[in-house]
Amino acid sequence: MMRPGAIWRELVKNLLRKPVTVLYPAERMAIPYAVRGKPVFEPSTCIGCMMCVRDCPSEAVKIEKLAEKTFACTFYLDRCIYCGQCAESCPRKSITMTHDYELACIDKSVLKEYKKGAPQQPK
Amino acid sequence: MSERMILPIGPQHPLLKEPTHFKFTLEGEKIVDADIRLGYNHRGIEKACEERTYLQDLYMVERICGICSFVHSTNFAQATEDILKVEIPQRAKYLRVIVGELERIHSHLLWLGVAGHEIGFDTLFMLSWRDREIVQDLLEIITGNRVNYSFNTIGGVRKDLSKEEIDQTIKGLKVLEEQTKYFADVATKETTFIGRVAGVGYLPKEVALSHCAVGPTARGSGVDIDVRRDLPYAAYGEIPFNVITSDRGDVLGRTIVRVGETLEAINIVRYAIEHLPSGPITAKVPRKVQPGEAFSRYEAPRGEAVLYARANGTEKPDRIKVRAPTLANLASVRHTLLNQTVADIPIIVAAIDPCLSCTDRTSVILKQDGSPKTEEIDWAELRKRSLISKPLK
Repeated sequence: MMRPGAIWRELVKNLLRKPVTVLYPAERMAIPYAVRGKPVFEPSTCIGCMMCVRDCPSEAVKIEKLAEKTFACTFYLDRCIYCGQCAESCPRKSITMTHDYELACIDKSVLKEYKKGAPQQPK
Repeated sequence: MSERMILPIGPQHPLLKEPTHFKFTLEGEKIVDADIRLGYNHRGIEKACEERTYLQDLYMVERICGICSFVHSTNFAQATEDILKVEIPQRAKYLRVIVGELERIHSHLLWLGVAGHEIGFDTLFMLSWRDREIVQDLLEIITGNRVNYSFNTIGGVRKDLSKEEIDQTIKGLKVLEEQTKYFADVATKETTFIGRVAGVGYLPKEVALSHCAVGPTARGSGVDIDVRRDLPYAAYGEIPFNVITSDRGDVLGRTIVRVGETLEAINIVRYAIEHLPSGPITAKVPRKVQPGEAFSRYEAPRGEAVLYARANGTEKPDRIKVRAPTLANLASVRHTLLNQTVADIPIIVAAIDPCLSCTDRTSVILKQDGSPKTEEIDWAELRKRSLISKPLK
């Protein structure tokens, strides 16, 4: 059975609807908990096992040994695909994924993040 | 008899969302022959997979398709688990079904919008894409990403479903069900829509079978095939669902199948959430995979996707081969185009829901005389030409 204008109901409904968009950046939509944003390195717990480097699908993480038990980490955020595998592979949870997703920039070099660790204090 | 004319379309053309080339032979407005040429979007993913570890490959194969990314990552994980002879936890199987079916809803709603757009019915396009946002938000809540979910891992899934996430999913599904029922109503009753797609792009059952059509293209022609039922993977063996088929064989038949499947997918997700078993979500797997080979099949939104994997005992696979469903369906497109008019080309090509970048796994270039253009290159030369062999700075 054919009926012309079966879609009209929805059209009328839409005339009375509030816009679904928000005035970004003045307003922001809520981010689900599971969203993976910029990865963050915590040097004090890193043991330099290099699991993150081995598992990263896009070669976006580099760990350097500065001194005994002191490591530096570089994230190439332009190359990162934000899958969170490094955070999952890390046995000491030295890498965590934040909710920071606003990483757009004009200069690409800003997206290289270097974090150096202070020598670990003996317990 | 009027004079024949050749109409080339593509690789770059407003009709196409992705690069491919069509050569239509016309007699006036009527299409008398069609030729499809692929290979403009070959990315060498299979070769790149051989250079990476299994865990890295999981993210690599996920990027074969932007819409059905979960299909390829699940397929790869299943094949690897098969070689490893690892049984994944029951909860992980159900979670894979939930994300896979949500992805099917999103893909079918996307297709409905595209089909509406191709026939000039942009109201349907706007409405179905608006409602697709609901399922995209659900996927973001569950997996953390709208596309390329990074949800799978070898031996299970990476993230568990919390109580709040389940509540949000059930709430979203209610709205989705209402809207999909409305779309089903539009697709089967709206005069504008039916008048444009009924009888267009007819594919008889025998041709669908002989041309190896898969997925909604085959089911829209009355071929009753579905990997989820015929060869159950993940938790599909325990979930009751109907396989939607239509005997119409035209674009309308394929629309009815897709809309029906969307409703069926909503029921599957609901059933899976209600019967979600408790327990772990990952099985422990070794990094090195013992020598062996496996073949995995998955009912993607577009049809059956297959993946072959061969392991050689190291951390990296020896060979990966992916056959995306569009490649199987493209053969039948030529038949559906014959004796149709030029104005029907967009909707007939869109009716198989083509995803050409998924399809371009390999390419053989034919010379003008039809003989393949072959060139022998050695391994070192191939390596020199590849981008990934160069270390990143």
